[in-house]
Amino acid sequence: MSLIRVTDHGLYCPQGDFYIDPWKPVRKAVITHAHSDHARWGSQEYLCHHDTKPLLQLRLGDNHYQSIGWNETIFLNGVQLSLHPAGHVIGSSQVRLEYGGEVWVVSGDYKTENDGISGAFEPVRCHCFITESTFGLPIYQWKNQETIFASIRQWIHENQAAKRTSLLLAYSLGKAQRLIHGLANCVDQVYVHGAVFNTQQALQNAGFKFPPTIKVSADIPREQYHRNLVIAPGSAADSPWIKKLQPVSIGVCSGWMQVRGNARRRNVDAGFALSDHADWPGLIAAVKATGAEKVLATHGFQAAFSRYLNEQGIEAAEIKTAFGDDEEESSNATSTEPANDNDA
Amino acid sequence: MEQPTMKQDTLSPAADGMTLFTTLVVQLGKATKTNDKLAALSGYFQQAPEEDKVWVIAIFSGRRPRRIVNAGLLKAWCMERSAIAEWLFDECYHTVGDLAETIALLLPETNLVAEPKSLSWYINQLASLQKATEEDRKAFITGSWSSMNREAQFVFNKLITGGFRIGISQTSMVNALAQSISLPATVIAHRISGNWDPAQVSFAGLLGEESIQQDISKPYPFFLAYALEDTPEQLGKPEEWQAEWKWDGIRGQLICRNGELFVWSRGEELMTEKFPEYHALREQLPDGIVMDGEIIPSVDQKPLPFALLQTRIGRKNLSKKQLQETPITFFAYDLLEWNGTDIREQPLEERRRLLEDIVEGLRHPALILSPKIIFSDWEQLTGMRALSREQGAEGLMLKRKSSAYQSGRKKGDWWKWKIDPLVIDCVMIYAQKGHGRRSNLYTDYTFAVRDGDKLVSFTKAYSGLTDKEFAEVDRFVRQHSIEKFGPVRTVKPELVFEIAFEGIAASSRHKSGVALRFPRMNRWRKDKKPDEINTLDDLRQMLAMYGNKKAD
Repeated sequence: MSLIRVTDHGLYCPQGDFYIDPWKPVRKAVITHAHSDHARWGSQEYLCHHDTKPLLQLRLGDNHYQSIGWNETIFLNGVQLSLHPAGHVIGSSQVRLEYGGEVWVVSGDYKTENDGISGAFEPVRCHCFITESTFGLPIYQWKNQETIFASIRQWIHENQAAKRTSLLLAYSLGKAQRLIHGLANCVDQVYVHGAVFNTQQALQNAGFKFPPTIKVSADIPREQYHRNLVIAPGSAADSPWIKKLQPVSIGVCSGWMQVRGNARRRNVDAGFALSDHADWPGLIAAVKATGAEKVLATHGFQAAFSRYLNEQGIEAAEIKTAFGDDEEESSNATSTEPANDNDA
Repeated sequence: MEQPTMKQDTLSPAADGMTLFTTLVVQLGKATKTNDKLAALSGYFQQAPEEDKVWVIAIFSGRRPRRIVNAGLLKAWCMERSAIAEWLFDECYHTVGDLAETIALLLPETNLVAEPKSLSWYINQLASLQKATEEDRKAFITGSWSSMNREAQFVFNKLITGGFRIGISQTSMVNALAQSISLPATVIAHRISGNWDPAQVSFAGLLGEESIQQDISKPYPFFLAYALEDTPEQLGKPEEWQAEWKWDGIRGQLICRNGELFVWSRGEELMTEKFPEYHALREQLPDGIVMDGEIIPSVDQKPLPFALLQTRIGRKNLSKKQLQETPITFFAYDLLEWNGTDIREQPLEERRRLLEDIVEGLRHPALILSPKIIFSDWEQLTGMRALSREQGAEGLMLKRKSSAYQSGRKKGDWWKWKIDPLVIDCVMIYAQKGHGRRSNLYTDYTFAVRDGDKLVSFTKAYSGLTDKEFAEVDRFVRQHSIEKFGPVRTVKPELVFEIAFEGIAASSRHKSGVALRFPRMNRWRKDKKPDEINTLDDLRQMLAMYGNKKAD
């Protein structure tokens, strides 16, 4: 029995009459996490995790939101639904559906390494697992977070010695929090772009504790940036905004930085392969832990990943979705996240 | 005389040679500014072991060590160690776009720390395995892998596969050397050119004065021109300038010293053996001369298409027919050495006069004086330029009569003034991921023109779009691919491009019957629909007008 089918509006559960991360407006939308390719504007009702709600309010404005906790069960037209930590960004959840003895899990985006702020990925047993595959090739094997932070700190120290601002380009929801959390202690002050600042405000208002950040502004003497760290979304690097930070060394934090060519294309001074997505071993471990009889792979290297799983004796197929258009998932966009600094 | 001496102030206890070189490659790969690259290189030359430096000069100027294993074996050993299937390796390779890097990314990470070794130690080991069994070669390579971190694995693999294309120009390297040894850049450029073997020569030997005296084949660094972007009026008085046709062949130097003849290409490849037409010149040319000119096939002093030259370069054994149909000639346009004396500092006018004496005195069919174009004002010359294609030329060269023969690409005295390219509108039908900085990005496209209700592919092109446009096309390809043949995606024929090219020749090897010279994307015609593109008949008409049907 199939609990999910792909329609032109998105992943649809016919038994429960709701969608998961629909890409067009629908009546009822279950949202895995607040990134723009998963949480889209225009649906009548949204269901998400408690921690995702303030982020949806920030990004989509006032709507009908219902939120629940992890492992909390609710019923939608007889379909039993629960959310489970996906470890991708704050609030990110896998969606477990059960109906007539059949269990399906939609992973949303996930990473298997615990970053200390997004909740630890929880494997959920199921019959069918719909998994992302953004980094579904064996060339993508991450170093652990601490090792990567150590090399970022080293880079910051080099910049400090050369009296240059360290600017890290990172998605304002997810990567930015990881960087603030992991790097605030190696500088006096973390400065952020308006887009990151707004996200920090929303999280702070929702009760999250992060080291304090200051929004970059023209009033701050530029020497203050030089010994410190600035975090901004990728598109900021191409805008006049960056002039305030000169002289500046620019680093990009993204799983795509694993490959030299990708890093060179960004034309930045440093690339750090720090990702909020599971790497190849992570994807395989996650799939195996579900014990799923069938795996449907989506956004990323779904063809290669599903072929590999089939060769390992796990029945797998690819499905086509409209996910994978956010900053990290699209390897070639300079950035698709708008760098709105309009309240500056 | 000038001798290389090390500056002592920056010497410090160095890391081992391989680590230093790996660090250099990583730094060069990251550096976005020429100055940073220069600093990294010059820092390297001040710290690295003597025996490594000469290899680095060799590697970065395209003189790679001989390859001891082919790509297939390297791939197989990597698949074995990382336990992945061939199709998966291929998927990875097409995404990464570089074999050495793909292997480094797939090999298991190691915690072993290698005994410190120099770069030249690894190169010598590899060289000594030239005749070893496959088993021994495998043991050394896989053993090395397991004692290296990922960066070192990448560099080591690059030593095996060759081709460090990391954006280091000859000029950067020469300038970096000039910062670490006290010699002028032009002298260094000359000494590191030509025929030398990094396994046989020391750093001091290569850069010392005797390298010139000992190597009678040594060419001079080529003087290269920038493109003239504006009108020639900005150059000043026409009488101060010499104009020539710009030929589409291989830039080369013809050297006659000690009764021997050498032919160098601009890519610093010794090509003497490939062109037996030149051999008779050995006895007839005066000794102690170096000529700069164009290696080009011609009949009755009229150049044949570049495609024909390519058929000659590829062959080891030449048939009588080939020698008859595609006779290679040398269109001489400058004289750099005369009577065994370097005359590059003399004015062009004077060098040209000496050159004319030599060539005209000889009257040999393989040696042709590239003619000067007589003109009295810029307007007249502009008119002449429009006739380039009929001459078999791709435009004009403008050279200041008083100019010295400099080295490398310099602005001011020499300009190339090419004619506008031919253009055709067509639709993209296939796409493939690129290499290097185009890794995991669909940038290599195949284009088609219309033939009735069919589409006929006729060329590939990889360049001409901005990064932003490439990203946009990449997205289109991912969303509109119809079929997959290995790394190739068939895409919906929807995107229209204007392709520019320098020439067209008949070709039986292409489905369309034509082969283009240097095709690239001139414009993305977002204003045009696929049914408005050019037709195969349009291409054939261009062939009839501008083509030379002799190419096959």
